[in-house]
Amino acid sequence: MMTFILRRTGSLVLLLAAVSFITFTLFQLGPSDPAAAACGQECTPERVAEARVALGMDQPFLVQYVDYVRGFFSPRMIGAPGAQTLCEWPCLGKSFQTNENVADIIGRSLPYTFSMAIGALVLWTITGVGLGLLAALRKGSPVDKFIVGAASVGVSLPIPVTGLFLLLLFVNQLHVLPFTTNEISSPFGPQGPGAWVANYLLPWIALAVLFSASYIRVTRTNMIETFGEDFIRTARAKGLAPRTVTFKHGVRAGITPVVTMLGMDIGLLLGGAVLTEQIFSVPGLGFTAVHAAISGDLPVTMAITMLAAFFVIVANVAVDLAYAAIDPRVRLQ
Amino acid sequence: MTQLHTNTASASAGGTATVAFLEVRDLTVKFPTDDGVVSAVNGMDFALERGQTLGIVGESGSGKSVTSQALMGLLKGTSAQVTGQAMFQGKDLVTLPESSMRKLRGRNIGMIFQDPLSALHPFYTVGHQIAEAYLVHNKASKKQARAAAVDMLGRVGIPSPEQRFDEYPHHFSGGMRQRAMIAMALICEPELLIADEPTTALDVTVQAQILDLMSGLQEETNSALILITHDLGVVAEVCDNVLVMYGGQCVESGPVDDIFYETRHPYTLGLLNSMPTLNSAAGQLNPIPGQPPSLLDLPKGCIFSARCQYAELVGDGVCARQRPELTIDDGHGKRCHLSGPQIITIRNSR
Repeated sequence: MMTFILRRTGSLVLLLAAVSFITFTLFQLGPSDPAAAACGQECTPERVAEARVALGMDQPFLVQYVDYVRGFFSPRMIGAPGAQTLCEWPCLGKSFQTNENVADIIGRSLPYTFSMAIGALVLWTITGVGLGLLAALRKGSPVDKFIVGAASVGVSLPIPVTGLFLLLLFVNQLHVLPFTTNEISSPFGPQGPGAWVANYLLPWIALAVLFSASYIRVTRTNMIETFGEDFIRTARAKGLAPRTVTFKHGVRAGITPVVTMLGMDIGLLLGGAVLTEQIFSVPGLGFTAVHAAISGDLPVTMAITMLAAFFVIVANVAVDLAYAAIDPRVRLQ
Repeated sequence: MTQLHTNTASASAGGTATVAFLEVRDLTVKFPTDDGVVSAVNGMDFALERGQTLGIVGESGSGKSVTSQALMGLLKGTSAQVTGQAMFQGKDLVTLPESSMRKLRGRNIGMIFQDPLSALHPFYTVGHQIAEAYLVHNKASKKQARAAAVDMLGRVGIPSPEQRFDEYPHHFSGGMRQRAMIAMALICEPELLIADEPTTALDVTVQAQILDLMSGLQEETNSALILITHDLGVVAEVCDNVLVMYGGQCVESGPVDDIFYETRHPYTLGLLNSMPTLNSAAGQLNPIPGQPPSLLDLPKGCIFSARCQYAELVGDGVCARQRPELTIDDGHGKRCHLSGPQIITIRNSR
């Protein structure tokens, strides 16, 4: 088990290195010229060249990459020779727009994204797996048909539709929930956990409606298959209680595909839910990324891209480890 | 030896009705499907005493596994319609509610399945699964359950059971897995053991060991054994009585020697003929021609008539028109229109 964890972690480091290099290369090859954008209204070729030096873009490509990566591990100086400023660790460059450390911008956005992701995740896992299991246990009944039908509707509703509808109903008409505010970014703030839940409940529901639909379908299909397995018959033949048969023997065996999905979705969602954050005006990573991309703020866009990739990779490794914990046969390989 | 078929009429008339250990009467199982009703088991009758072994023989789809699952109550909660009676220790297994049936399963009736790899849970250790079976029916600590499971693993011939307890099914060989299944089924010492093709998925060399093990343990605990198989060799080795099933019906039944040496049904003769022997020429097999009937639409007459080469001996198309009753003579039953002398002639001519 230990070597398994070590091997997975090793491959994680390699993947991250590859992702950072590819992302960096892509942004270098991109059509925009940050130096031209930075030199302002009255631009002369000399000023563009100066800006290029100030941004470090006069250096060879590999030198720039190594400099950039060095910032992950230690503080470094950024700017033209003679006018350098300190970029503190962890250094992901400075925003072209505000000259702020990119790490600070991300640090500010992350709590919003985390707040949105965690609640939505809990909500859709409970409803998705719960309803999927119920449908599997009542296969063919009206309950099953209703759940499957509701799942098809849920998966076809785009976030802008559910999001705006929820806002209209609960905030505008019924006045039971407040508009989302960016003053609350964690349950431990001065307003307390209650306000945090109230603030993020609508985005959670909007995301959960979309995501739980596929969880219902995957859970249902896999559980129906698992309940037909020989070892379930054996468990019944032993005289085990139906609850033990369903959960201890059934769910543990049938849940692995859901764990995979969950890992991938957490990774994706932590990289920023662009549409949901836009609709509920939550200044999370997705929101920040969109604004950075529109204003050509390369360091911010690149950092968020890399972070999103990082989350997906880490989630993948977490899924592998969870698999090994659930299924002893995986530990062999 | 106790009769495979008890005669209730005479017993009740004489007033000395001795209740058999397990008595199955007119057991019928139907599965409603979109295409119609599948008649998987059509009126099975048999009786079984402790210490006896009953073999149920037949092709795939003849209803032998469904019979065992109906006795085990595993069809409760499914769409299957089970009717008839199966008296076991004064309780009718057919009508017993699921909650009471659950207390019998594993405790009084144990079951061994065909493929031990798929029948064991891949995510739990072998020992855990055996101890679990012990814990459901006994008030015991986990430690006591472990001790009981280790002891049982030793009894079924698994070497160093203390270590093997903590291994997973995929660490075991096929034969070892089936031994573990047997340990699981027998840990509560059930009075009735149902083994559904217990040796089919195993190597030939292991088959005999598993059969010996089951017979040995059965003798130790004086339990009754229902052995479901399509392998007549297995039947000859361990069974006292045999039921031959075809199309969900019992076509011939009786003591094992009668079935093998005084065969009364053309289907049983066909089964015996289709067994390859060392003397038969290479590449020479004698299958029964034709296919088993569709359980969706059973023929009106004898279920075997379409494949029976002796139907014309009865003449007048009786076999195709009229379903024969199971006639029992001297403890040996047959469901066939052929007369005794006719079947003797056929038996001697092959």
